[in-house]
Amino acid sequence: MIKKIGKKIIFEKADDLPPNAMSLGTTEFNETGSWRNERPVVDKDKCIACGICWKFCPDMSIKEDAQGKAEIDYVFCKGCGICAAECPVKAIKMIEEEK
Amino acid sequence: MKYSIPEKELINPGHLACQGCGGALAMRIVLKTLGENTILTIPACCWSVIDGPFPYSAVKVPLFHTAFETAAITAAGIKAGTKKVEKEYIHSVAWAGDGGTFDIGLQALSGAAERNDDIFYFVYDNEAYMNTGIQRSSATPKGAWTTTTPTTFPKLESKKDLDAIVAAHNVPYQATVSVSYPEDFTKKLEKAVKKRGFKFFHILAPCPPGWKTNPEDTIKLGRMAVESGIFPLYEIENGENYTINMPSPKKELKPVNEYLLKQGRFRHLKEKDIELIQEIINKRWEKLKRLAGV
Repeated sequence: MIKKIGKKIIFEKADDLPPNAMSLGTTEFNETGSWRNERPVVDKDKCIACGICWKFCPDMSIKEDAQGKAEIDYVFCKGCGICAAECPVKAIKMIEEEK
Repeated sequence: MKYSIPEKELINPGHLACQGCGGALAMRIVLKTLGENTILTIPACCWSVIDGPFPYSAVKVPLFHTAFETAAITAAGIKAGTKKVEKEYIHSVAWAGDGGTFDIGLQALSGAAERNDDIFYFVYDNEAYMNTGIQRSSATPKGAWTTTTPTTFPKLESKKDLDAIVAAHNVPYQATVSVSYPEDFTKKLEKAVKKRGFKFFHILAPCPPGWKTNPEDTIKLGRMAVESGIFPLYEIENGENYTINMPSPKKELKPVNEYLLKQGRFRHLKEKDIELIQEIINKRWEKLKRLAGV
């Protein structure tokens, strides 16, 4: 039996395993946001929607909001800070994560 | 938002790359341009971990994990197989780290380049065996700290000039690219997609844990490496037509010490070591300018 709990795929027996193919694009169960020490916060008034943070994000965590401005996906953002460092108008700030 | 590189994502979040990984960003840029008709071949390297544990996979294209020394030849085999059955053109891509290219996979790379197999070969160069714990490779630059070249005895040898080795095979297209210049990267990929035969890309992928840098400096370091001439961006067609893209050959190079001292792996260097490194860079830069005829 192949079970799917949320986005996680679970095989009960060895026979259930696919022989040589992997399920493509399925790492979304792995919520890497928990790795974060600092969270990026976008100042929407300053954001000029240039797309530079989106271009350089290694974790595909910059999304577009209704006004076309940057929005951060905190489920997957690992908090590397590239977006804050590269923002030309300093609209993104890194704020320490509260535990 | 303005999209200066293709918008479509063919890689999923939730992958296992470290914070600020240059290699993950490189794969993202490459798959955006090559598109869905791509088969990846990955030997042992950081990406065999980044992709995620079985049965999961971070990329949305088929991916084949293979042995360390066989990336190029496996990709060539896949291309030979798909040629018989493909309805649309399929890009066969070998994607290896610097260990699997400069050291271990060099003979397979040379074989595929000599036969001019119709594949892409990407080496994402983080300048050591980062995945296994930062051991030196022949891509590690002179003076760098790694766990096998400690600060009391840093690496003495210069980085191997792999691009010159590949150029000696007279392959149709090869280029050096950096994750800090995605537009230049995409432009070169679009050029290469139209070509048939062996295409080679050398990507500088800064590695925060291995270079002992802050993750937010990944892009900045890539840019400094290009501007200081330690990793110039250029392309070579048919092994002879050199074009330098960046930095401008008419301008003076920026001094390398800023780039070196930003990284923990070079922090032990003394002033005369830096001068020696600067000399090597200047010599390589002059040679490159001579080859490009500027």
